[in-house]
Amino acid sequence: MQAETRSGSSLKDFLRSALDALLIPFLAILTAIILGAIIIAWVKGNPFLAYYGLIQGSFGSARALSETAVWATPYIFAGLAVALAFKGGLFNIGAEGQLAVGAVLSALIGYALPEWLGFNIPSIIHLPLAVIVGAVGGAFWASIVGFLKAYTGGHEVINTIMMNYIALNTTSFLLNGVMKDRDPNNVIARTPLIADSARIPEIFEGLRIHWGFVFALLVAYLVWWMLNKTTLGFEIRTVGANPDAAKYAGVNVKRTIILTMALSGMLAGLAGSIEVTGLNYRHELGFSIGYGFDAIAIALLGKSHPLGVVLASILFAAMRNGATRMQFLTQMPVDLISMLQALILLFVAADAIVRYIYRIKTQGERVVLTRGWGG
Amino acid sequence: MDWRRFGLILLIIIVLFGAVVLVGYTRSSPIIIITSMLATTIAVATPLTLGALSGIYCERAGVVNIGIEGMMLFAAFFGWLAAIYMFHLFGFEKWPSIIIGVIAAILSGGLMGLLHAVLSVTYKVDQIIGGTVINVLAVGLTGFLNRQLFFGSGSAFGGDVPNSPGTLVTLHFPLREIFNPICGASADCIEIVRAINTVLDQKPIAISAILLVFITHYVLFYTRWGLRTRSVGEHPKAADTVGINVYKMRYANVIIGGMMAGLAGAYFTIESVSSFEPLLTNGRGFISLAAMIFGNWTPIGAWTAALVFGASQALNINMQLFREIIPPQWAFLRQSYVVGLVPYILTMIILTGVIGRTTPPAADGVPYEK
Repeated sequence: MQAETRSGSSLKDFLRSALDALLIPFLAILTAIILGAIIIAWVKGNPFLAYYGLIQGSFGSARALSETAVWATPYIFAGLAVALAFKGGLFNIGAEGQLAVGAVLSALIGYALPEWLGFNIPSIIHLPLAVIVGAVGGAFWASIVGFLKAYTGGHEVINTIMMNYIALNTTSFLLNGVMKDRDPNNVIARTPLIADSARIPEIFEGLRIHWGFVFALLVAYLVWWMLNKTTLGFEIRTVGANPDAAKYAGVNVKRTIILTMALSGMLAGLAGSIEVTGLNYRHELGFSIGYGFDAIAIALLGKSHPLGVVLASILFAAMRNGATRMQFLTQMPVDLISMLQALILLFVAADAIVRYIYRIKTQGERVVLTRGWGG
Repeated sequence: MDWRRFGLILLIIIVLFGAVVLVGYTRSSPIIIITSMLATTIAVATPLTLGALSGIYCERAGVVNIGIEGMMLFAAFFGWLAAIYMFHLFGFEKWPSIIIGVIAAILSGGLMGLLHAVLSVTYKVDQIIGGTVINVLAVGLTGFLNRQLFFGSGSAFGGDVPNSPGTLVTLHFPLREIFNPICGASADCIEIVRAINTVLDQKPIAISAILLVFITHYVLFYTRWGLRTRSVGEHPKAADTVGINVYKMRYANVIIGGMMAGLAGAYFTIESVSSFEPLLTNGRGFISLAAMIFGNWTPIGAWTAALVFGASQALNINMQLFREIIPPQWAFLRQSYVVGLVPYILTMIILTGVIGRTTPPAADGVPYEK
């Protein structure tokens, strides 16, 4: 997606470039939906009913819309995390682990801080503190990988995945041990509920949509602004496009790599923090699983543009949210959604296939991440 | 494989084994602990060895394969599924079903390799993204089919996961039969021979993995095919100039790599246990990649690295056996989450290159444009 449309280029050109940018994702989704319909029919389901259920369950009522926004909130943060790293030429597969770290820390501040201090803290301090600690935790978790990449060349793809498993094992250890909910009826690995003062208020009475969704949209704008209007954003994009050129231009490449990972991890940590403070009010083991790969798909589908990420997040959220209704109507398992999303990702990533199927000639920019393992 | 690296591997293995001996020596004799650790190490290193071989075939030909994890998962599911279908729906006997299952796993791995080749060689998709697509697709597809085929409406199995025909059996190495007459009446001698025999008695895929390490070594470095594969991965333009078909070599090697990952998949659901659960590969495809890098893209090097990871997994398994007798001041070792961190941390340390730099094939990850 080309964001720069200066006064020199005409409206027609702008519309044309916007159309070009949206065309491939749209056709990719269309192809995935058609293939998905074939698979549904193959396992003896009714594809029309399934898709009808999907749409009804995600946009059919005020409650459905609210739930879609609730689902979209962590997707926007995690998708932005991956997209930001893409811009810096880094592949962050570790959103899942960073998200878990953010969630655990926010939950800890949320339930334990009043106990430690011995008095209740006003919400205006408690809530931001819980969110900030979670975000910083995510940033720290990811910056370890950034540091290893910058100074030893250890490839971030493998290291972020290893950090996912380390985060998962560590949170399992904590949630089954010191941080476990002491309620005698509780058998699940989860933290106690966070204090009221650390909770994000709902927007409408009776619906679960909370201000975290609005915050997510705001952060998406901030990421766009940072990438396109600040020196740091310029440096990140330069390092992403060509690290050698960036070095000759005087950019501190190592520092930029670490900063990019830290910012990316911060966004992923926010996904966990906002989910804890805005929706679940606690962290439960296993909640983070799957977000990492979803976030990658969202970032690719949104072409790493913050606005694209928001749209892709809403699409994925709608699919997850509508899946229950679809299952109710057609007895298709919810896992169908994972497969549909994988197909969308396949066709977005391999846009050459889509171009071939629909005979589109234009050649878009290509994401380049593979630069060998040495870094 | 230089000596520093080999020394480090030996040191890590000794430390890991020593830890278990220290914890468990009051209960069993060190030789029994060590041989049982060795046997577990070789068995659990199998998918890592095969995964690393998968990476070596692909990357020596110049294609980065980060989709090994997904290929394994895909093959584990379809191999297991084929065995169940043969056994329950087509009325095959137990052993033919199991063997067909293994073949199906290898073929479905090859199919995933073909997909990766189409994406990365023909369509020149960024190879890291192509591999991720395979990983995501494998999770989605196996999760969906696993639920739908067994519990969905119109399931041939009526809402129940049927028993799989079973697992491959351990092949007995006739060491005892040879040495027991030599040992004669010496009980110690018989004990030692029996202990060593437990190491050598392995299941078929574990044995073929070790054979494949040496076969791959021979193929890569002593055959025309291997020379061509390496030249395509190092300098495709030069290879093309002398008449080697770069695309064909890359396709063939990525498909072979996929089949290796497929055999690794069969290990999970046909050799190790006889059931499938979503996400059962648990990151081992990625650990394989670390083993490949540590082994500097050589089969034998990667195998020894896989053994290190196997040993750290064996540490976790054997620690759990001695759970109750772990002294209270080391109580955190009773948590499998804590000991389970070892392979992951080890991977990260290895990737930092503390043991010296490794060099990937020069054209690794670069799509070839004619």
